[in-house]
Amino acid sequence: MTEKSFPSPYNQKPAPAADGWKDLYAYNLVFQDNLREVEEAKFWFCDSQHWPTVTKPFETIGFEFAVSCLGQYNSRHLLIPPANGIEFRIHNGYVFMSPVGVPEEEIGARVPQFMERAGHYFQNWDTLLQQWQGKIRGTIDELNELSFTALPDAVPLEDVTSGKGTGPNNDLLANFDKLISLTYRAWQYHFEFLNLGYVAYLDFFTFCKEVFPGIPDQAVAKMVQGVDMELFRPDDELKKLAKLAVELGLTGHFGNTEDPTATLASIGAATNGAQWLAAWTEAQDPWFNFTVGNGFYAHDKYWMDHLELPLGYIKDYIARLQNGHNIDRPVAELVVERDRITDEYSELLSPEQLEAFQGKLGLARQVYPYVENHNFYIEHWTMGVFWRKARQLSAMLHEAGFWPEASDMFYLRRDEVREALFDYVTGWAVGAPAIGPNYWPAEVARRRIIVDALSAERPQPALNTPPAVITEPFTLMLWGITSDQIKNWLGDSDAPEGTWRGMAASSGVAEGPARVISSSDQLSEVRDGDILVAPVTAPSWGPIFGKIRATVTDIGGMMSHAAIVCREYGMPAVTGTGTASAEITTGQWLRVDGNNGTVTILDRSTLVEPAAIQLDSALEGSHA
Amino acid sequence: MAHAPFIQFFDDGTAPEHELLGGKCASLVAMTAAGMPVPPGFAITTAAYDAFIAEAGIAQDIHNLLQGLDADDVAAVDRVSEQLRFEITSRPVPAELREITTAAYNALQARFASPVPVAVRSSATAEDLPDASFAGQQDTYLWLIGVKDVTEHIRACWASLYTSRAITYRLKNNIPNEGLSMAVAVQKMVNARVAGVAITMDPTTGDRSKIVIEASYGLGELVVSGQVTPDNITVDKVMLMVVRQTLGDKHAELVPNVGNKSLVEHEVSVQRRAERCISDLEITAIATIAKKAEKHFKTPQDIEWALDADLPDGENLLLLQSRPETVFSSTATGSIPLSSAGFGIESITRSLMSQAGKA
Repeated sequence: MTEKSFPSPYNQKPAPAADGWKDLYAYNLVFQDNLREVEEAKFWFCDSQHWPTVTKPFETIGFEFAVSCLGQYNSRHLLIPPANGIEFRIHNGYVFMSPVGVPEEEIGARVPQFMERAGHYFQNWDTLLQQWQGKIRGTIDELNELSFTALPDAVPLEDVTSGKGTGPNNDLLANFDKLISLTYRAWQYHFEFLNLGYVAYLDFFTFCKEVFPGIPDQAVAKMVQGVDMELFRPDDELKKLAKLAVELGLTGHFGNTEDPTATLASIGAATNGAQWLAAWTEAQDPWFNFTVGNGFYAHDKYWMDHLELPLGYIKDYIARLQNGHNIDRPVAELVVERDRITDEYSELLSPEQLEAFQGKLGLARQVYPYVENHNFYIEHWTMGVFWRKARQLSAMLHEAGFWPEASDMFYLRRDEVREALFDYVTGWAVGAPAIGPNYWPAEVARRRIIVDALSAERPQPALNTPPAVITEPFTLMLWGITSDQIKNWLGDSDAPEGTWRGMAASSGVAEGPARVISSSDQLSEVRDGDILVAPVTAPSWGPIFGKIRATVTDIGGMMSHAAIVCREYGMPAVTGTGTASAEITTGQWLRVDGNNGTVTILDRSTLVEPAAIQLDSALEGSHA
Repeated sequence: MAHAPFIQFFDDGTAPEHELLGGKCASLVAMTAAGMPVPPGFAITTAAYDAFIAEAGIAQDIHNLLQGLDADDVAAVDRVSEQLRFEITSRPVPAELREITTAAYNALQARFASPVPVAVRSSATAEDLPDASFAGQQDTYLWLIGVKDVTEHIRACWASLYTSRAITYRLKNNIPNEGLSMAVAVQKMVNARVAGVAITMDPTTGDRSKIVIEASYGLGELVVSGQVTPDNITVDKVMLMVVRQTLGDKHAELVPNVGNKSLVEHEVSVQRRAERCISDLEITAIATIAKKAEKHFKTPQDIEWALDADLPDGENLLLLQSRPETVFSSTATGSIPLSSAGFGIESITRSLMSQAGKA
């Protein structure tokens, strides 16, 4: 067999307009020329699951914090015997990762330490998790208290008379530092339980694979899955509000949800309107701290800041209710199915096996809710507050003339933001103009061109030579990077033209027109009956899951958010197809088989003609 | 003279008696009673065979010929076998039996708008013939039309009690010839587009969470007799999802030749050989029915199934046989693999190590 490789990052030139892109990022994030030999010996995969588009310089905070805190828990807190963290680099604007193993001779010594540390968490899971809730809520409260407002011409008199001794410039700098350090803290909390959640799941998974060789991954996931998750609360809240609007006879007020102020005023003026508004306000805290993205980009839109989003979803739900649709997730069916699957496998086991099965399943079910719910607390809630505060700072410095657009600060690295802020407070202190307004506009313009040029190109799925087999547990479970997946990327797939193979992430078979969505801004294009095709989905896309028939993603494993959400919505999904979203075009007729993990373009000429026409006109109609 | 019934329709509601019906017919009756889609038909019971032997007066001849036969004397066994089978096939069927059989045949035909071909199969009581799990396969006569053809082949089935192989088998296993009997199934022929077998466990590992389906084009006889390499599809029994598949060559198919009312073996085109012969939906349907059979009979089953080209989708899956899986059902597979025994932190640690290939 010939050994195939991905290109080396050292041989990949960016687009000419992106020349000098490396200077936008910290030195430790890019492939350094003098480390060529070392870096080329490692296998890197592109994490387009979390960072599907180019990250601006400030946005590297997301993967720097997330991935280093993941590593910290593996390597230093829990001492997971075979796995250290994951190295990360940015290449041509995209994020690449490489798992770090533990040297063979050190593994044994870590075993007792891991057992003591992880064992303590498993034994005290509920108490520690409750404590976690307090810690993360406290951190979010602290973040919320931060503010970034322009410095006053004079220090307030009371600060002078009280003998405070410092000015508001001091607080401004401190607030920036706090913004960064509180967020770093939240990301450590993120991984405090997550890695343990995965290893408990992995233990149950491994057992099932041994006693039932070849058991579908989906079967294991379905036995463990919960149905009443906090991650689904935001969407459930919208459904409740839609039902309440119908019940109170307020459906006529949702004509123009693009204008939230007018919509809410019109509801407020209506009979029963106050009751609905009270429920609406109640739902917002905390459930509208929810992004349509994934929490890693400055441009992510949070419901809280864009009320037209939740109002639009409510409007859609109202329309579905009026058409006699059931908008609820099939929770009861999911529970029945979960129990049936569990019972049927249980019946096949010997008493000795059954005891182990039940013990492992019990633990997996206990830890599993965290695997889902943390996403609401960190990616949605914490990061929502983080980006809101960061945008506030960017807008303030924009007002001070530092850059032409309110959100241009994100073209700066976070260390550069601190420099700019110090420039600003220095100018204020000295009483002379800051230098930034003369420096940053041109620099931001230059960087904007570079970022745009990087964005025009798609990343390689991976870099360098892959290992013969992928064994690292997190890579497999979270990213779905299997040996087969790599074969797909290398073009070694035996899938015929017009067919993609991926993970059978959620069962069922569906056919329908493709709707290719590459960013959350395009979500409003999704029509009833579409098959969603995307590089990656976010759990917050929940409201459109009521409309679509199936989901196809380029990347993601059994435990990726797309897979989990589709299982919760009882909808077929094929994840980790590698290239489907780049190769499928909107409108192509697809068959998605979530049982065997295939996506096929169907030749519409083979469809019975009248049916094809009917479908066309149905689609046209829904555009109106 | 009062005697046990000579005929029992599969769907007449009478409980199956193994002694009277033999294994195959008893199972067809039981499957029908369980609501499974079995092609309609009837059994000619062991009582009918007994009446035939009695009327022909050959019981003593049979006994004498078999007396003192040496199982290792192949030539002698062959000679005796040939003579016994001639004795049976050359005797007329008693009038009463002929009448009852004709009436049953006509009653079966009356269920259809136009005459349907039938299959005639032997249904032995278990110990009488070698290869219990393949009992009767060699003595299947397909695509018969008209009552004369049918009665002739009923005698051929009876005669199969005395093939050389059967005689040798009984001699070697000390199975007495007294009380030897045979039932026969007469059943509407399936016009199989695809057919095969399914076992409600993985026969290579004994894993009971799997159903292994073998499927090939045309009637199932070529699969059962091993004359073609079928598609081999392993399905998860709980999820009903395909977990593994190997496409077989399926080079030939046995299909009816409507012109001269017979079966003919065709070569399968290269393109059809390369395709899997059953769809995902059909796989799910076959696995579902196999699972249902296992649940009904409360032990792993080995079924024969066919997809009838003349019936609409959703009603075209037919069950031809369901019998206990004998090879593995006695094998206990309840041991726990070392790497993931128990639960809690110890097993989690072992799982992590084994996943990373360090255990």
